[in-house]
Amino acid sequence: MAVHAFAKSTGRRNRVPGGVGQHTGWRAIMFLLPSWLLLAVFFFVPILLTFYFAFTNLSLTGTSSLATKFVGFQNFVSMFQDPTFRISVIKTIVFLLFSAVIGQQVLGLLLAVLMNERHRLFRSAIGVLVIAGWVTPEIVVAFIFYAFFSDGGTLDTFLSVFHVQPIAWLYAFPMVSVIIANIWHGTAFSMMVYQAALGDVPKEILESAAIDGAGRFQRFVRVTLPMIKGSIATNMMLITLQTLGVFTLIYSLTGGGPGNRTTTLPIYMYQQAFSDYQLGYGTAISLILLMIGIVASFVYLRMLKVKL
Amino acid sequence: MKKWNRAKADAVIVHVILVLIGIAFVIPLLWMIFAAFDGDATLALQVPQHWTLGNFWAILSDPANQRAFVNGVIISFGQSILVVIVAGLAAYPLSRYHLKYKRPFMYTILFSTSLPITAVMVPVYELFVFLHITDSIFWTTLFLAASGLPYAIWIMKNFMDSVPIELEEAAWTDGASAFSSLRRIVAPLMLPGISTVGIFTFAGSWGNFFVPFILIQTPSKLPASVTIFQFFGQYGSVEYGKLAAFSILYTIPAVVLYVLGQRYMSTGFQFGGATKG
Repeated sequence: MAVHAFAKSTGRRNRVPGGVGQHTGWRAIMFLLPSWLLLAVFFFVPILLTFYFAFTNLSLTGTSSLATKFVGFQNFVSMFQDPTFRISVIKTIVFLLFSAVIGQQVLGLLLAVLMNERHRLFRSAIGVLVIAGWVTPEIVVAFIFYAFFSDGGTLDTFLSVFHVQPIAWLYAFPMVSVIIANIWHGTAFSMMVYQAALGDVPKEILESAAIDGAGRFQRFVRVTLPMIKGSIATNMMLITLQTLGVFTLIYSLTGGGPGNRTTTLPIYMYQQAFSDYQLGYGTAISLILLMIGIVASFVYLRMLKVKL
Repeated sequence: MKKWNRAKADAVIVHVILVLIGIAFVIPLLWMIFAAFDGDATLALQVPQHWTLGNFWAILSDPANQRAFVNGVIISFGQSILVVIVAGLAAYPLSRYHLKYKRPFMYTILFSTSLPITAVMVPVYELFVFLHITDSIFWTTLFLAASGLPYAIWIMKNFMDSVPIELEEAAWTDGASAFSSLRRIVAPLMLPGISTVGIFTFAGSWGNFFVPFILIQTPSKLPASVTIFQFFGQYGSVEYGKLAAFSILYTIPAVVLYVLGQRYMSTGFQFGGATKG
């Protein structure tokens, strides 16, 4: 959805409004003021605060809650000595790689390609099932997969047909479980992006490739893939950014556990800031998240090549 | 002849794969639907022996849950209205005027749309504590509105760009102000765009758990997204049927909004002919 909206933005308008005269500048500011105010207070101030608080010992309890001090790079020094932080970085990378980059991208593209040129009714029947996972709110996705993966849940019942002993999947394979849940929730987005992209690949080119003797697979690799590589790159950045911020699903499915086996950066940030009341340290972790987000967003902007 | 068979075999394989993926997607969902109507639901997927609406009734008759749904509607509706108005106002000069700062502003907006909101929640909480505005539905709604603005401004500007300026020029020569031409000419013509922004803002807000979870503490002020989480924590491991019924009741608005949103999205951009004839 986002991609379609952004893609339409390239139309450039250079109209001079009639009857507004010299006061255009002030009038424009009046129109823009409410949005500027809201964005400044609730968006840009928090971002600036992130940079500030990350260098303080701000906390909710203890002696430092009375006197917040500037501590320089102390939070970052402790961060790089903190084994749990290192674990959560690795967990975040694993989660990103398997749920977004591999899972949603590949499954979304596979679905779009297989559904292409199928009967309309069949397409929409499968499409509805995939989109249902996307429309379902994140917290409900967590409940659904809690039931699915629990000891004695749907998966165990299904596997018992094949005489597999019941397994508490959320304890035995917590990371696999949250990754599967997130793929279930997120794949529809990639599928829709690729459906739109495949619709834009000219049929004539594919037909002439077929006449030249290219097989189905060759046509896909040599013709389709190069033509949709822009969509692949944009989609990659968008779902990476979305997945980087996933909190609700993991928090309510596993709480980051057992131990810290599913503690991604957002979960660790939350635990430090709100369970251990170390707001300064929590902010330092969110600064890392923010920096990754900022870099990824810049890459994304460069790739979009929008003209404003 | 051989080629024809191969194409047919390919088609069969493709259909089988798609059906299998479809089944994999629907099974987790089926549990929620069956369990909600089952008086003795378990964690495993099973067709109810005795179909009942008891679970739904139990959830809906609890005043605390009613309160949670009302709070959710207040927050989501408030946020949508704010976003539509503020983004609509902002989109107007961005679409109509020559502004020196337009490019950097639009780039900042686009940049902000992709930043994960999770990353700023700790400093936002600190800001709320500092300003003594935590535990407030009003300020939480305002924050949510701000977080939804970048995307809304972007979409609104694009919708507005497609409203022909000639329609407004006639009003301007009649002495209408920019604000009244926005309200009387542009806004009615871009109703699909306004609906799209409103619907998607509402849906995003309705499903948002993290923001109210951090910013609101008093149980009676919490929206359904957080109340359902607390219900899961308290009864989730015993009353599966009720949890499933609560989940369905909470999911229905999201589904309805999605369907409505699809309809508006597809009927958009149809006023190209307004200046002709």
